[in-house]
Amino acid sequence: MLEYRIEIALWALSGVLPFIMFSLWSQNDVGNSFGLNDIGLARYFLSAFLVRQFSVVWVVFSFEEDSLSGRLSPYLLQPLHPLFRYVASHLAEQATRLPFAIAIAITFFILNPSSFWLPSLPQLFLAYLSTHFAFTIAFLLQSLVAALCFWTEKSSALERLIFVPYLFLSGLLVPLSAFPSNVLKVAMLTPFPYLINFPAKILSAMPVNIFNGFLAQFLWILILVPSVNILWKLGLKRYTAMGA
Amino acid sequence: MIVVDQLSKYYRVANKQPGFKGTLKHFFDRKTYDVPAITDISFKISSGEVVGFLGANGAGKTTLLKMMCGLIHPSTGLVDVVGFSPQRRQTAFLKEITLVMGQKQQLIWDLPPMDSFYVNAAVYGLSDHEANLRINELAEMLELGEELTRPVRKLSLGQRMKSEILAALLHKPSVLFLDEPTLGLDVNAQARVRSFLSEYNKRTGATILLTSHYMADITALCPRVICIHKGKLFYDGDLDLLANSLSPSREVKVELKNPCASEQFEKYGEIQDLNDRFVCLLVSRDKLTDVVSNLLTDFDIIDLEISDPPIDQLIGELFKKGEVN
Repeated sequence: MLEYRIEIALWALSGVLPFIMFSLWSQNDVGNSFGLNDIGLARYFLSAFLVRQFSVVWVVFSFEEDSLSGRLSPYLLQPLHPLFRYVASHLAEQATRLPFAIAIAITFFILNPSSFWLPSLPQLFLAYLSTHFAFTIAFLLQSLVAALCFWTEKSSALERLIFVPYLFLSGLLVPLSAFPSNVLKVAMLTPFPYLINFPAKILSAMPVNIFNGFLAQFLWILILVPSVNILWKLGLKRYTAMGA
Repeated sequence: MIVVDQLSKYYRVANKQPGFKGTLKHFFDRKTYDVPAITDISFKISSGEVVGFLGANGAGKTTLLKMMCGLIHPSTGLVDVVGFSPQRRQTAFLKEITLVMGQKQQLIWDLPPMDSFYVNAAVYGLSDHEANLRINELAEMLELGEELTRPVRKLSLGQRMKSEILAALLHKPSVLFLDEPTLGLDVNAQARVRSFLSEYNKRTGATILLTSHYMADITALCPRVICIHKGKLFYDGDLDLLANSLSPSREVKVELKNPCASEQFEKYGEIQDLNDRFVCLLVSRDKLTDVVSNLLTDFDIIDLEISDPPIDQLIGELFKKGEVN
């Protein structure tokens, strides 16, 4: 069981990209051009890290493996949509990540005492809600790609089509306020800023239009749910139950 | 109960020639064609029947099973299982059936089977009380005990298979689709699974549809067999009748007190084997009584055994004939 414990710790540590970005931006003093001082940058990237911990999604990889190995077949013959199994495993892993995320946040505050802050209860609640919606959008987006498994058998390769814009437009590498205004306008039309940037801004108490943010998250969920449903139904007609 | 009417299934495939040129051609100018997996098959299965599906590898029996349980959509034709169209996978239908695949597992690898059982119980809407009753009943029938609280990865193949079967039967399905349920098991474990399935069929009246490469599974469990050859129905009926029609003769094995020459046996039947004091004759069924009586009179015999030729050998010959025809 030791291997599993180490694996869980590595999962949690694998999401440290925001800290790398923080050290990069703070050393070059570019933060000021984003309208953020060092403390603001630190809080933003810690928040981005925390949001990422509870919104990371890998359904496309699990689904592809299950689909190709035949494990999907028994799931399809149970009176529960197979995607709920993946939702359950994601939620279980989020719970597992919680103590590691808290430990990393405490370590961060010890190393950067000036950046310490405690969000108010309403902020915490809204950040939790928006992170949960961010997870839902990310899950639906990847499920859409995962459903392509019924056609391509290797849909994880297509996941890169989502991952690259996600990396740049979500706010994981840099706060979106650093983008030129026309790029920002285009970015805000995609679902990506609502996956990290929006919840991270709420959590770090940065100015953000909460109503517009939640409305956009809601609209994206409204678009993605039927899309996944339709693609899934079409895909099932093509399912050949290979490997089973 | 189960109606299959003019069922066909075609798979669209594309061949790729080897090498770089083949790869380019496959990418830019892919030629696809339909491969028939099942062609125009019809049969009916009554409630409570145990039916074995026989056929060589790639004959189409697993494809047929997958269409009947609703995993894949038929290209043409109709399937009706307990009043449902399987490919629609309605909840009421899914609660009536189960699929066990010998080479695949649904149990959670790192957790004890008991955890998987409770997940399944929740999926099928069973209360804890119902689930516990059912687990205890099936565990007793399958002779499972403390294995149920050990991680699945620590269990032997036989224990794992029995746990798989328990998980698959938790919701009391009335139709069981079993695809090679004894695959890879040792002889004792195979026998235990077979006796469990037989007992389960008697107790619950569940319909069992079984594919297996082990003829012992079929002969022990299935009074009726459906033979599939190259996607077509080859035979549907009684297993004993099939054996009789395939082999109108029976084997008579004789142990003699003293060695005898082969010529002495030629008038009794076809000599299959002659080795010192042992002789094996193939005798037609209508002459069997007379031949046995004459042998006992004409020779000093220590032991005599009458048997059918091995069914797997007969079925093998049946498929070879199909290949030729």
